[in-house]
Amino acid sequence: MRYVFKTRYEQDINLWKHVGDVFWYALLILVALLLPSAISGYYLSEISMLLIWVIGGLGTMLLAGYSGQISLGQAAFVGIGAYAHAIFLKAGIPFLVSLPMAAGLAGLVGFVIGRPLTRLHGIYLAIGTLAFASIMEQVFSHWDGVTGGHRGLAVAVPQLIGVSLDTEIRFYYLCLALTFMCTLGVLNWLRSPTGRALVAIRDSEVAAKSMGVNLVHYKASAFGASAFLCGLMGALLAHKISYLSPEIFSPLMSIQMLTLVVVGGLASIHGVFFGAAFIVMLPVLIGALKHLLPEAISQQPAIEPGVYGILLILFVLYEPTGMYGRWQKIKYFFAVFPLYKAATFKKQKTYMRSERLK
Amino acid sequence: MSLLALESLTLSFGGIKAVDDLSFSVERGEIFTIIGPNGSGKTTIFNLLSRFYNPSRGRIVFDGEDITEMPAHTVAVRGIARTFQNIELFESASVLRNILVGTHVHRSTNMLQDMFFTPKTRSAEKGSRLHAEVIMDFLELQAYRDSLIRDLPYGIRKIVEIARALCTRPKLLLLDEPSSGLNVEETEDLAFWIQDIKRDLAITVLMIEHNMSLVSRVSDRVLALNSGRVLAMGSSFEVQQHPEVIRAYLGDAV
Amino acid sequence: MTEILQLTVTGIAVGCIYGLVALGFVLIYKVGEVVNFAQGDIMMLGAMLAITFIVSFKMNYWMGLGLAVVVMMVVGALIDMIVVRRIVGYPQFAIVMLTLGIGFVIRSVASFVWGPNARTLSTPFSAGMWNIQGLAISHTYISLIVGTMLLCTVLYPVFKYTRVGQAMQAASENQLAAYYMGIPVKRYMSLVWAISAGVATCAGVLLAPVTLVDVNMGSIGLKAFAAAVVGGFGSIPGALIGGIVIGLVEILAGVALDAAWRDSSPFVVMLVVLLVRPQGIFGSSVRKKV
Repeated sequence: MRYVFKTRYEQDINLWKHVGDVFWYALLILVALLLPSAISGYYLSEISMLLIWVIGGLGTMLLAGYSGQISLGQAAFVGIGAYAHAIFLKAGIPFLVSLPMAAGLAGLVGFVIGRPLTRLHGIYLAIGTLAFASIMEQVFSHWDGVTGGHRGLAVAVPQLIGVSLDTEIRFYYLCLALTFMCTLGVLNWLRSPTGRALVAIRDSEVAAKSMGVNLVHYKASAFGASAFLCGLMGALLAHKISYLSPEIFSPLMSIQMLTLVVVGGLASIHGVFFGAAFIVMLPVLIGALKHLLPEAISQQPAIEPGVYGILLILFVLYEPTGMYGRWQKIKYFFAVFPLYKAATFKKQKTYMRSERLK
Repeated sequence: MSLLALESLTLSFGGIKAVDDLSFSVERGEIFTIIGPNGSGKTTIFNLLSRFYNPSRGRIVFDGEDITEMPAHTVAVRGIARTFQNIELFESASVLRNILVGTHVHRSTNMLQDMFFTPKTRSAEKGSRLHAEVIMDFLELQAYRDSLIRDLPYGIRKIVEIARALCTRPKLLLLDEPSSGLNVEETEDLAFWIQDIKRDLAITVLMIEHNMSLVSRVSDRVLALNSGRVLAMGSSFEVQQHPEVIRAYLGDAV
Repeated sequence: MTEILQLTVTGIAVGCIYGLVALGFVLIYKVGEVVNFAQGDIMMLGAMLAITFIVSFKMNYWMGLGLAVVVMMVVGALIDMIVVRRIVGYPQFAIVMLTLGIGFVIRSVASFVWGPNARTLSTPFSAGMWNIQGLAISHTYISLIVGTMLLCTVLYPVFKYTRVGQAMQAASENQLAAYYMGIPVKRYMSLVWAISAGVATCAGVLLAPVTLVDVNMGSIGLKAFAAAVVGGFGSIPGALIGGIVIGLVEILAGVALDAAWRDSSPFVVMLVVLLVRPQGIFGSSVRKKV
């Protein structure tokens, strides 16, 4: 087990713990840059989808994992970003302006909605966001003139400074660049006073208040930031699927978002990537499994929500720290072999209602 | 002018008066202790000062300013920091990160600068870290710097709370039963620390305590409270000898 | 005038259904502080089962209903015993995810068994109509209102005045302490899940003649949520009153405003209540004491 000997404050402030980390992440980035030359168009498109989900996942993780606010309505912000972007493009606004504008609109709505919602906690907040998402779903369907309602809305191909991003490879690099920037932004937030304030709010609002943290402002900002990221995801998703309709931004998408966070591992950025990989791989896996299952079961269209349901249940019960948590346990197992004890990771349960109140 | 003045403060919960027409003041640089049986309203006073509760009547004046209506999160900026009776630390974070939250009051960067981690953010982080380290040295917490709160014993957690409060560079430090759960040695250390806080850091201390020997040792003035009302105020010896106080603690038969 | 009264009756009848489903939420929340996001799907399952018994197996209406209720009570208790029980003491987030997952699984299983088509149910009340001073109220609506009132008047005193009811409330405050006092917490949790599933089944069957019964029926659960929020999450009369409020709002909004608003009106009301008075009409607000 490596012990990092610290001699400078920089070591705690920097993003990497030691030089080895720098090497591995640099390698990862290199691989990501060279990927299009190694794999075919179909897989590249799946990776682009993964990156898109990572962006949305970062937003959800920021909200649920780091500031402790459960939101069951992230799909609403994805939808706002997607529709806004498509509409702006249709109105002739250039891509480079439309993208941040659409995400910004989603972020603004998130901030505005977030402010009154900060008074709610736990279940009530979850229900409040669910209400908001349900209302947005109605808005998408019924505001025909703007969103095209159930007829759908076509999305133009992105044009970046005259270069048309119509190939898989170009779109992939766009997603990669945006994912990189968003991940860096979120990581920076987390190692700064803002991130500490958010985690403080998650763990003890009372203490955070007494330390001078303006709860409403920070919680609403977390909402806004998360909505911005989900909006960005929506805008990119709009290009990927090139035709929008309200059913896409359904409660199922919000559930997928939360599954991403739970399965990946709450309160970890690695978890976002693991979770996104999981979400993107799942339909592929189900498709592969269909060949193995008997006709009657595999033909059902409703198998996907059922699988999500079972996975959610299994992960919540047996692996609450998610895939990243399991990965850390595995690393720890090998690091302290043969002295590993499962009880190291046993979590404290709170049986009293007053303890559960935050 | 006193640092803190409570004027006719009253708070009722339904029919019960938790704090009843309470008035007292705390002078700059003194160690002021509030004693009283359980349920006499001591922590309620702290919660009023922290602005978690709104008083039904009365005023709180801190450093010349009326803070009776101020929102809770502005109290720390004005210079009041507190610890809690049942520890309110951030369980999932390390001691260092908990103490660093105390530097939030003095943050010089906004969210946008944090997102890009500008050089200003970086130097602010180093400054905060230095400050936290000074406080950790003062309270001898260096060995626990990277330990998670959930792995630490109760006594250490209490000290971490004090460290976090000190990081806000307060003018007034509210300590809610700092010695409860500490053993004899730890209480000894605590007594020295409270005196150092007064002398070296020039911070006024307002304390709730049950441990009478600690109270006698460090306090400049003592206030005895019962049923939300002042019973007696004066030096530690005077208050402990006061017949009303004895009756409140031991009953009428004595 | 009669038009408005007519709509009011419809609103109350629909509201009673929301109230019944909300009742299921409230019961489980009262005892375990678990918000059961799967309540709507449990209602759907109960309704589907009842329809299968009555229509496919040609059972008598009341027998089919009774059997469905019994089966669903067992199912509810099993869900608690196998899955939810393990979640005791976990943070709220985990509980939300778990019950959402359960809802999805139920929906999937139901669509395997019954397919995507909607079913209809004819009841002993379908044909009849009461005429009071020009107001035509179908027997179906009467059955809705009466059925709901009956269930509520039975359950409320059980929870408030019996020892079992009070023990359940104690368990919701502090499970460990309740255990030490000899209250069989686990058993009562399963019991409440069973009762809640039974109530949901009744709601589903009462509702069957009025709406489409298919595997997506559970989305009524969302509106029932609004009812529980408006009435107050820990309160039985609250669930019913909240339901009626939401039912009336929905019907009246549908008439006064356009169709789009009708569908979102329960959620708008819910958001307003959450922001103005989160504990609802009858709920009590709880606050952390430091």
